[in-house]
Amino acid sequence: MANIFAKLVRGLRMTGHRVVEQLWRLGAGARLFFLTISYSGESFRRPRLIVREMYFTGVMSLIIILVSAFFVGMVLALQGYNTLQKYGSSESIGVLVALALVRELGPVVTALLFAGRAGTAITAEIGLMKATEQLSAMEMMAVNPISRVIAPRFWAGVFSMPILACLFSMVGILGGHLVAVAQIGVDVGAFWSQMQANVDFTDIVNMLIKSLVFGVACTIIALFEGYDSPPTAEGVSHATTRTVVTSSLAVLGLDFILTSFMLIT
Amino acid sequence: MADNIVEIDNLSFGYKGRLLHKGINMVFPRGKVVAIMGGSGSGKTTLLRLIGGQIRPTKGEVRVSGEVVHKQDRNGIFKLRRQMGMLFQHGALFTDLSVFDNVAFPMRELTDLPESMIRDLVLMKLNAVGLRGAHTLMPPELSGGMARRVALARAIALDPSIIMYDEPFAGLDPISMGVICGLIRSLNDALGATSIIVSHDVKETFQIADYVYFVANGEVAAEGTPHDLMRSTLPFVHQFVHGEKDGPVPFHYAAPDYQQELMQRG
Repeated sequence: MANIFAKLVRGLRMTGHRVVEQLWRLGAGARLFFLTISYSGESFRRPRLIVREMYFTGVMSLIIILVSAFFVGMVLALQGYNTLQKYGSSESIGVLVALALVRELGPVVTALLFAGRAGTAITAEIGLMKATEQLSAMEMMAVNPISRVIAPRFWAGVFSMPILACLFSMVGILGGHLVAVAQIGVDVGAFWSQMQANVDFTDIVNMLIKSLVFGVACTIIALFEGYDSPPTAEGVSHATTRTVVTSSLAVLGLDFILTSFMLIT
Repeated sequence: MADNIVEIDNLSFGYKGRLLHKGINMVFPRGKVVAIMGGSGSGKTTLLRLIGGQIRPTKGEVRVSGEVVHKQDRNGIFKLRRQMGMLFQHGALFTDLSVFDNVAFPMRELTDLPESMIRDLVLMKLNAVGLRGAHTLMPPELSGGMARRVALARAIALDPSIIMYDEPFAGLDPISMGVICGLIRSLNDALGATSIIVSHDVKETFQIADYVYFVANGEVAAEGTPHDLMRSTLPFVHQFVHGEKDGPVPFHYAAPDYQQELMQRG
């Protein structure tokens, strides 16, 4: 009996310890976020710093995002046509592809791919800079690493995400067009006109809002994981894994919350 | 102007319930090369971090140019750090920047100098460490000794009045070690700076240091000129200076009886 009680207490203690640790990390992440915002002045005075990072986070992620978008669009068209033709509304395939991409898949899949490609690169880079004392060296030179290293990467991620999400949706629609019009033979006029009639400007704005929020979440998570990682090879590798897991969960959770608000309003 | 540019007064520092330094007193006179020596894990590098204001002391204080470091706000600490240059153990060069850009980094970040003047200054600093010809290389293309010299050029980029060296000789071949050794002394004298060297390489450090502090068990175990310390009869200093295997610092980590442990089964 005493043994079971001791195991129960140990289990509770461990759970409590983990909860406190996660809360502590959440607080530290929020602190980094606010520090990044408050030390962003330097980045905007020297926009070259942001543009350079946009090349590494945004431009270098283009291939994986555009290729994925093309295939996602093609699969959407195939699956959509398969279902719609049963109801005699295969002409609506353009609307289905566009709405699915603009409202959900564009921002969400872009953010997931961004977390896997650019997020991990950011975490590994910052983690290694910490492990090799580059951040300490910067501090000892009286240069604030948050203003010089963290803030430009943060804004580069935030600005890149909506652009990437727009490109994802555009290329996805082209992929859908290729399958629906060129392969299946849906009328090209119906494909585009129905899309034009049913996709609102609000959908585009909502997509931009979602991708902006995902950009903030994914980038700050990647930066925090790198900045907080233990300065060892194992520490950096765990931080990189945590970046993908946390970012993906954050994107999916935030998507649900944002979609709920957008549908209500 | 005070004679001592850095003063460590009754300093204690600890973390996770363990006291690493217990009431340390040290002074670093202007223009001198002062070494802090001691075994691995004796808290030598931590002393440099305390001087640079990267960590706060538990008790006591560090004064740089008469200012108490841990009482400064962020701007005050950054102002003090502009007087300092630091050479990290492995150089800590920015791997995404070329040799030229690494040395130019503090000038571009902290001054409004025109690019043409920065170019001249960078080439002068690199020339001082013998690496002007390597200014286009990237850090991964450098050997350990070259990386250390580039880091030294970066540390002196803004002509600091205090130059701190964290294990400057660790992992270098004898030629690079000799080069770095000579550079530390000559740059200190040419710039009129004060150098603080943290090291456990006795021969090289004794060659260039004016004064040496030995740190052991969180305290200053001995101090004096290299000449005095070479002749010291203090058991710890004798063991350290002559590299003896056993002495006050035991060869074996605390362990149960050897024979008994071997005879134990399962």
